[in-house]
Amino acid sequence: MATREFAAHELHAAPQGFVRKWVFSLDHKVIGLQYYFLALTAVFVGMFLSLLMRIHLIWPNATLPLFGDIKPETYLSLLTMHGTIMVFFVLTTAPQGGFGNYFLPIQIGAADMAFPVLNMLSFWITFLAYIVMLSAFFVVGGAPLHGWTGYPPLSALPSAGPGEGLGADLWVISIALFCVGALMSALNFITTTLDMRAKGMTLMRMPLTCWAWFITAILGLLAFGVLFSAGILLLLDRNAGTSFFVPLVTVNGQLAGHKGGSPLLWQHLFWFFGHPEVYIAILPAMGLCSQLLSVFSRKPIFGYKAMVYAMLSIGLLGFMVWGHHMFMSGMSPYTGFAFSVMTMAIGVPSAIKTFNWLGTMWGARIRFSSPMLFAIGFVSLFVSGGISGPFLAQPVLDIPLHDTYFVTGHFHLIMGVASIFGIFGATYYWFPKMFGRMMSESLARWHFWFTFIGTYAIFMPMHYLGMAGHPRRYSQLTELNYLHGLVPLQKFITYAAFVTIAGQFIFLFNLFWSMKAGKKASDNPWEATTLEWTTTTPPPHDNFGGHTPVVCNGPYEYSVPGAPRDYVMQTDPAIVSVAH
Amino acid sequence: MVRSASAITLDAPTLTLGDDGVLPPARDGGDYGPDDRSPDFATRLRRARLGMCVAIAGIVMIFVSFTSAYLVRQGLPTLDPRTDALVRDWIPVRLPNLLLINTCVLLVSSLTMALARRQVAREVALVRFASLPGTSAGHEPRISWLTVTVFLGLSFLTMQWLAWRELAASGFYVGTSPSSSFVYLLTGMHGMHLLGGVLALLAAGAAPLLHRPLNSQLIILDVTGWYWHFMAILWIYIFCLLEFAR
Repeated sequence: MATREFAAHELHAAPQGFVRKWVFSLDHKVIGLQYYFLALTAVFVGMFLSLLMRIHLIWPNATLPLFGDIKPETYLSLLTMHGTIMVFFVLTTAPQGGFGNYFLPIQIGAADMAFPVLNMLSFWITFLAYIVMLSAFFVVGGAPLHGWTGYPPLSALPSAGPGEGLGADLWVISIALFCVGALMSALNFITTTLDMRAKGMTLMRMPLTCWAWFITAILGLLAFGVLFSAGILLLLDRNAGTSFFVPLVTVNGQLAGHKGGSPLLWQHLFWFFGHPEVYIAILPAMGLCSQLLSVFSRKPIFGYKAMVYAMLSIGLLGFMVWGHHMFMSGMSPYTGFAFSVMTMAIGVPSAIKTFNWLGTMWGARIRFSSPMLFAIGFVSLFVSGGISGPFLAQPVLDIPLHDTYFVTGHFHLIMGVASIFGIFGATYYWFPKMFGRMMSESLARWHFWFTFIGTYAIFMPMHYLGMAGHPRRYSQLTELNYLHGLVPLQKFITYAAFVTIAGQFIFLFNLFWSMKAGKKASDNPWEATTLEWTTTTPPPHDNFGGHTPVVCNGPYEYSVPGAPRDYVMQTDPAIVSVAH
Repeated sequence: MVRSASAITLDAPTLTLGDDGVLPPARDGGDYGPDDRSPDFATRLRRARLGMCVAIAGIVMIFVSFTSAYLVRQGLPTLDPRTDALVRDWIPVRLPNLLLINTCVLLVSSLTMALARRQVAREVALVRFASLPGTSAGHEPRISWLTVTVFLGLSFLTMQWLAWRELAASGFYVGTSPSSSFVYLLTGMHGMHLLGGVLALLAAGAAPLLHRPLNSQLIILDVTGWYWHFMAILWIYIFCLLEFAR
């Protein structure tokens, strides 16, 4: 019968041959790994660029490997590419594209994503975007100078600087491609979550990781379209002589040939995407952190529903606060006030989450395994990075702090490093499921302490630099006397960066060494309850070996009184009412 | 002897016929049963429709951003360097009359799209009985509404191109004024999205040639139908925006 024939095709039998299996694979697990390793290469590229910047800041005259002498514009192009690669190809790619793709279908009991072909396409479009982005280094003029936010008129005028020619065109094209890939991926995540849950897996029985991926996908669906539109407009301004963003400006005494456009229009469009993007980076890490804290505290997550609603309200509020990135750009005080209040309102759901995490750990017999260390590290970074948020949310405080290292410290702690801790925690937690072996626990601990202390040593002092008035984005400030006293602090940050980066090679070694030589993992090494731990390690092609799990319990049933073990799998027979 | 053919109404076949003619299962929580790993037709259709709704939401955001840019840019003055005064550089564009005809073409194509969907649904329903002895699918005069829709879609795109030529001939190029930039941008983006729809229709049309089952043709056609109607509504919106907010 025709339907059966097609159905078999739809489920796509396990592919044979290297290309079908590992390159153009339709299997969400392989695509997840592809995203993960794309992000892994990207994070090392981005980290290398930041290292070059740190070296240049304290040894301005040093000749750097691969880049030679650093001119101010070279520094700006390093900064641009560091930011763009890290935000798009690491923080957006690894937690959502990587772990989301791999584990969302398994955790909800599905055999694959809803649209496998679309899933493969979204990865390959993202890959293409990455290649286009990197190629900007190798064209005449080099990589663009306009930062990851791409503010016009700098980003819109090819004559405005050496990297603003072909390099900037490639940058915009790469971003637009990335948007297309991200939109397709978001479509897939939303449909999968809504339509492919196994029997009994109600929305309120989904692990918080699935909620986080789902909400992130909704944010991505609504935000990336806006960035895509802005990218098209910018491309037209650059190449078709339109004036959407460029006002009447002169470059080197020459009229640029545009008039009447509004740089603020770009900022509004960009940040309407850009602020939700911050949550696209951090929400999956929040979901993951909730998961890990519950598993390793052997306690149910404190306030499951509150966690879900907090994530939903963070997502919703995330669309109403973009103006707080633009206090410096000129804004009616009334508008500024509105954005300021909305921004501080995000503190409420964030605090709910934080206290629920602490409540989960309170009085627990915590197992301090490496994933748990990173989850606790995440909470720590989330608090210390987030606490400066309400400062920056107020226009009067933001205006003096905005263009200083204070903001650099703030967003690196909360958006950068906190999400990275989520990615590390996820790697240590799910590595046994993905590769069938355990990672070395002692190396993981070394890695944790290097990274945890190292990142604090890098980014905490940046807050002081900022409060002392040290501007960001400048390659050298040797002429300014008031900054001389801050040189030792800058040196300290660079040394801390050396140590932290060295620590990351422990991770890299551990990752690849454990794939070959790690201890064999059992099906459920962490004694966790969610569906991925009910299947074999690594999971078979259709995830559950020919049957669909039936879910009877919530995701965090730990230490249930009267239960035979201290955890109850989601597929175990339903718990009959237990007195609390 | 088979008598079932007479019991089935083929004038308005429903699209929810699964293998056993059952209605699709309810949407919330735990859908396809424990031992049915292969999603049936109804499940796949529902999933594709859901995906299409989500995709439409994403596309709406793209055009919402363009609209907001349109309104903001329209209100902006610019500095005239000769007089040092703020002036408006937004020159209202008189849209070519061709666009009115085009609107009609697209609306008619929306109608033929609906007919095409019904036609294929009918074929799918018939094919279940075609192999039975004593039945025949009948030989009615056949217009392939799918082909007609593709033809109308392509003519719409061609005439959009002609409308661009007309605009250019009247002196409005992409960079002439922000108003003309937006005319080209919005019509161009809509045209590209419609072209995607035409390609999907071609894929649906090619399904029998590629020996894909009729069912999958129906699913592509069904969701493309939704997309196509959305494109018609989007076009009317763009047309109104350019005509009445110029």
